[in-house]
Amino acid sequence: MFKRILIANRGEIACRVIKTARRMGIQTVAVYSEADRDALHVEMADDAVAIGPPAAAESYLVIEKIVEACRKTGAEAVHPGYGFLSEREAFPRALQDAGIVFIGPNPGAIAAMGDKIESKKAAAKAKVSTVPGYLGVIEDDKHAVKIADEIGYPVMIKASAGGGGKGMRVAHSKNEVAEGFNLAKAEAKASFGDDRVFIEKFIVDPRHIEIQVLGDKHGNVIYLGERECSIQRRNQKVIEEAPSPLLDEATRRKMGDQAVALAKAVNYDSAGTVEFVAGQDKSFFFLEMNTRLQVEHPVTEMITGIDLVEQMLRVAAGEKLKLAQKDVVLTGWAVESRVYAEDPFRNFLPSIGRLVKYRPPEESSSEGVTVRNDTGVEEGGEISIHYDPMIAKLVTHAPSRAAAIMAQANALDAFYIDGIRHNIPFLSALMHHPRWLEGNLSTGFIAEEFPKGFEAKLPEGEVARRIAAVAAAVDHIHGERKRQISGQMNGRLVSRERRRAVWLGRTEIALNVARDGDDVAVRFLATDGEPGKSHKLVSEWKPGDPVWHGSIDGVAMAMQVRAALNGFRIGYRGFDVPAQVFTETEAAAAHLMPVNLQTDTGKKLLCPMPGLVISIAVNEGQEVKAGETLAVVEAMKMQNVLRAERDGVVKKIHASAGATLAVDAMILEFA
Amino acid sequence: MKDIVETLDARRAGAKLGGGEKRIEAQHGRGKLTARERIELLMDKGSFEEFDMFVEHRSTEFGMERNKVPGDGVVTGWGTVNGRTVFVFAKDFTVFGGSLSETHAQKITKIQDMAMKARAPIIGLYDAGGARIQEGVAALAGYSYVFRRNVLASGVIPQISVIMGPCAGGDVYSPAMTDFIFMVKNTSYMFVTGPDVVKTVTNEVVTAEELGGASVHATKSSIADGAYDNDVETLLQMRRLLDFLPSNNTDGVPQWPSFDDIERVDMSLDTLIPDNPNKPYDIKELILKVVDESDFFEIAETFAKNIVTGFGRVAGKTVGFVANQPMVLAGVLDSDASRKAARFVRFCDAFNIPIVTFVDVPGFLPGTAQEYGGLIKHGAKLLFAYSQCTVPLVTVITRKAYGGAFDVMASKEIGADMNYAWPTAQIAVMGAKGAVEIIFRADIGDAEKIAARTREYEDRFLSPFIAAERGYIDDVIMPHSTRKRIARALAMLKDKHVEVPMKKHDNLPL
Repeated sequence: MFKRILIANRGEIACRVIKTARRMGIQTVAVYSEADRDALHVEMADDAVAIGPPAAAESYLVIEKIVEACRKTGAEAVHPGYGFLSEREAFPRALQDAGIVFIGPNPGAIAAMGDKIESKKAAAKAKVSTVPGYLGVIEDDKHAVKIADEIGYPVMIKASAGGGGKGMRVAHSKNEVAEGFNLAKAEAKASFGDDRVFIEKFIVDPRHIEIQVLGDKHGNVIYLGERECSIQRRNQKVIEEAPSPLLDEATRRKMGDQAVALAKAVNYDSAGTVEFVAGQDKSFFFLEMNTRLQVEHPVTEMITGIDLVEQMLRVAAGEKLKLAQKDVVLTGWAVESRVYAEDPFRNFLPSIGRLVKYRPPEESSSEGVTVRNDTGVEEGGEISIHYDPMIAKLVTHAPSRAAAIMAQANALDAFYIDGIRHNIPFLSALMHHPRWLEGNLSTGFIAEEFPKGFEAKLPEGEVARRIAAVAAAVDHIHGERKRQISGQMNGRLVSRERRRAVWLGRTEIALNVARDGDDVAVRFLATDGEPGKSHKLVSEWKPGDPVWHGSIDGVAMAMQVRAALNGFRIGYRGFDVPAQVFTETEAAAAHLMPVNLQTDTGKKLLCPMPGLVISIAVNEGQEVKAGETLAVVEAMKMQNVLRAERDGVVKKIHASAGATLAVDAMILEFA
Repeated sequence: MKDIVETLDARRAGAKLGGGEKRIEAQHGRGKLTARERIELLMDKGSFEEFDMFVEHRSTEFGMERNKVPGDGVVTGWGTVNGRTVFVFAKDFTVFGGSLSETHAQKITKIQDMAMKARAPIIGLYDAGGARIQEGVAALAGYSYVFRRNVLASGVIPQISVIMGPCAGGDVYSPAMTDFIFMVKNTSYMFVTGPDVVKTVTNEVVTAEELGGASVHATKSSIADGAYDNDVETLLQMRRLLDFLPSNNTDGVPQWPSFDDIERVDMSLDTLIPDNPNKPYDIKELILKVVDESDFFEIAETFAKNIVTGFGRVAGKTVGFVANQPMVLAGVLDSDASRKAARFVRFCDAFNIPIVTFVDVPGFLPGTAQEYGGLIKHGAKLLFAYSQCTVPLVTVITRKAYGGAFDVMASKEIGADMNYAWPTAQIAVMGAKGAVEIIFRADIGDAEKIAARTREYEDRFLSPFIAAERGYIDDVIMPHSTRKRIARALAMLKDKHVEVPMKKHDNLPL
C-alpha cells in the first residue's frame, strides 16, 4: 500500500479522501490555490503544496504543477477526486511518465468512455442496452429525418461533445427534426467547437439511474447496486438516493450485469459509474460512463457498507478485489442532499461570501439511523467565486426509504448556515414533497413541481403550530432569565401571564405556555379561548443556541432559532418564519399598528466619500434585494462595498468603473 | 365613604379616557397608541402606579376655565421593567394635543424629582404639540423647570426620550438633554420650527418627515439613537434597552445569569481578517461572537456607520462596545463618528459601564469638508471622552491602528487598562506607501528601491511587534480567544479605582 498520496482536488471530496487515507495509515498531501490557503482540506492534510492563483485553469487544472507537487512531497499516488483533472486522459498518462500511480482507471478506459458516441458504440458492442438511435455521422437534415423516422418519435438531437444541456433538442415531428438538427449543429459548433451531433430516441418522463461498478487490475469487476439521481435542476443533481424506488431485484441484476460487461469490455480497473436513463416501465438504456468517483458515491457506501475510496486505493496499489459480487448486500436506504451556496428564493443565483456561522448537524449513528455530512468548509471559511458552489453533502441512512427521508429532513432542519444564501430551505421543501415521498420521480420533477421557482411561504396547520410552540418555549426561557435580573424591587415579584399570542408573520396562534418541571407545556387555545390538551416540549435549548433540538410530545425535531427584533426567525421544514411572542396586551396593540409602511429613504445611491469606483455590480433595469452589492468604491486604499438598503429596481446608472467621484456624487438611481 | 369611593371610581374612569373615545380612535387611526396604552406596554403588567391623575390646569384665559380634562395632557407615574423601578411620563395627544401647561410641567417635574430621589431611570414618551399657547409664559417657565431637572439628573440616572408623535418647539429640548432619543418611523417628527414657519421665513418647502422624521434624525442629524417601525416595536425595544442599563451612577451594571461560557473560543475569528489588507470585513461579526449569546443592542446604528457603538454583555454583565467598522468608509474617524463614539463613551463612563474597544482605523478622514467642519474639535471629543474614563477599558487592535487615530481609540497611553493586539495588527504612523514616500523622498524616482523600502517598512512596522516591544500593547492574542481574554480582563478590573483631581466640571471641547 502507498505511504503517501496526493489529492489533486479541493473542497469536500479532498477532505473525504483524506479521511479514508488517514484511517488506512496513509499520509496525505493537499494542493491548494491562493484562494484556498485557509481551506479545510489544507488543514486536514499532513502536507500541503501551493499550486498557484485562484483560477482553476492556473492551479487545480495544471497537470505539471500536480506532478511537481508529488515530486516535492514524495507522494507515490494521486487521487483526482471528481471534476478538475479526474477524467482527463492526459493526466494519468503524465503521472505514469513521472512514475506516479493514478488512483483511478487506466487512461485507455478513460479515453474509451470519454466520447459520447464512442462510448455508445463500445456499450452496444458489449451488449449493453442502448437508446435506439444512430451513432454514425449524420450528413444533413434529410438524413436526420430519415433516421428519426426509423427510430420513432419523439427523438433527441444531441451534440457529441456536449454536456450541460447545450446543443440538445427534442423533436416530435419531421419538421422539428430538420430544424432541430441545424440548430443543434450550430450550437454544438459554437459551444464545443465540434459540430458532430447524433440522434436517439427521446425517453418520456425519464429517470436517472446509475450503477456503481468497481474493478481491479486483475480483470475482476463487480457492481455495487444503483443510485437514483432523478431530482435534478437544469441537469445538476440535487438529491440522490440508493437504492432506486423504481427498480426490482431482476432489473437491478440486469442493469448490474450490463454495467459489469461494459466495464470489463474497456478493462475498467477502478471505481466507476455506468449511467442509465430509465423509463417508468423499468426499461433502461445506457447513457454514459463516468470514469471517476461520483459526487453521490456516499449513498452507495451507506447501503453497501463499502468504503469506495478505500477500494480505489487498494486496487490502484495493485491489490485484488477482496469482494465478490455475492458479498455485496444492499442494506436499508440512503438519501443525499447537495447543499449549495445558491439562493433558492432568487432563482438559485450563486451566493458567495464568508460563512459567518456554519453548524452542520452532528454526524451520528444510532438505532439504525446514520447521519453523515461530507463537507469541505468550516465556520469562518469563504465561499469564493472561483469554484463549484457545493458546500456539503448531507447523507442519511436508515432501514427504510421513509425513515431515511425523515432523518434527512430532520438533519436539514438542524443545518445552520449564516453569511451566505444556501438551498437548504429548498432541500427541506423537497423532502416533504408528496411526490418525492411516493418515489414518483422523473428528471423533470423540479421543473414540473416548481414551475415558477421556489417561493417563501408561511406555514400552516400542524407545522405552524409546532413552530408557534417552539417560539413560545424559547420566549418563555428568555423571559425566565429576564426575571432573574439584578436590582429588582423587593417584595413584588413580576407576574407573568400564561396566555400568549404567537405571530407567525401576521398569523396569530393563541396558546398558553408554562414551565413543567424541566420541560415546557404548551396548550393551544380554541377559537372560544378554551385551552386544548397539553403538549410537552422537551429540549435543552438555551439562549444563544442556533438550533432548538428537542421533541414535542415525543416527536423529535430541530428548528433554527435566529434572533430578530422583538422576536425570532424560526427555520423549519424549509420555512423561515418571523415569529413574535406577544402577551395579550401586546398583541392587541400590535393589531392597531399599520402594516408595511415604507418610508421613501432615498432612491439614489450616493458616493459616501471621495473615491474611485472599482466596479458597478448591477445593470440598469435590474431588480435588487436589500443587502445586495451595488458598487464597490475605493477610498483611503480600502474597498467599500455599497449595498442596497432595500429592495428595488435600478433605473439609471450614473457612474462607471474607474471614475473618481466626490462625496455625495450620484452613483445610481432606483425607479 | 361609599359615595366617595363611587365618585373616585367615576373620576378615575373619566381620567383614563383622556380626551375621549373619539380622540382615542383618531389616535389609533394614525397608527399610534394612547399614552396609557404605551405605558402598559412599557411596564411589567400591573406594575404602573399613576401620579396626579386628577390634576387640571388653572388657566382662565381664552375661556380655558370651561375646558378642563383631568390629567392635563400627560400621564405620569412609576412602575417596573423586569422588576426594576422605572419612572415614566407620557404625553397624551388626545388631551389638548399633549400641549404643555404650567400644571402639566409640574406633573413632569414631580416625577423627575421622584426619579432622582429614588435613583431610578426616567423615560419620557413624546407625542405633543408644544407649549399651550393660552398659558403663555407660564408654559415657557414650565419647560425651564423640566430642563433644569434634566441637567441635574444627567449622569445620575439614565434618561430616555421616545418620540412617538409630533415633538416641536420647546418640547424638543428636554429630549435633547437626555441620554438617548428613539423615534417611531413615519409617525414621529422632531424640529425646533415646523414646515410652516420654515416656509414663511426661508421660502423652503419641506414636509414634516423631510424636516424632522425618524429617517432624518437617525441617519443625518444624529439626534435620534434609533428608529423603529411602530409603537409596539419601539416600546418592547425600550424594555430590552433597560435590561442593559444601570439604574443610576452608583449601583453598577445589572447582571443576569449568562448561558454563554466565558471560556468559549471561536475559531472562525482566526479568518475574520481578509488576506488582502484593503478588503473590508464586518466588525459586527466580532462583536456578536464576543458578547453573550450574540445579543447586542446597537446605539445610533444608522448614523456614522463607520463606527459601531452599543451594549452587549460579557458574563451576564453589561459592557459598552465601540468599534471601527471597516465595511464603511474603511472605518475612518470623521467628525460624525468621533461625536457619536464620544457621546457613547461618556454615557458608559458616567454609569460605570466598562468599555471594550475594537480598533481597525486607517486614520482621520482628510479633506476640506472635514477640516472646515471642525474635525479637530470633534476628534478631540472622543480623545477627551476616553481620556477621562474611570471605568475599565479593554482595547483590542484587530488590524490598522494608524496615526493619531491610534492614540484616540482607547490607547494604553490615554488610560486604557488592557490593550491587546491580534497578530494581524499594524500599529504605525501611516501605511507603507505614504510612509516610504516621505522617509525615502530621494528614492521616489526609483521604483525598485521604493518597492524594497516598502517591503522593509511593512516588515518592520506593519505588525504588532514594535508596539509590543515597547509595552504599548500588553499582549498579542489569537483572535479565537478574544472573548475569553476580554472576560478575564473585565473580571480582573471589576473593582478598578482611579482618583481624579477635584474639579467643578471639565471643559469638553464642544
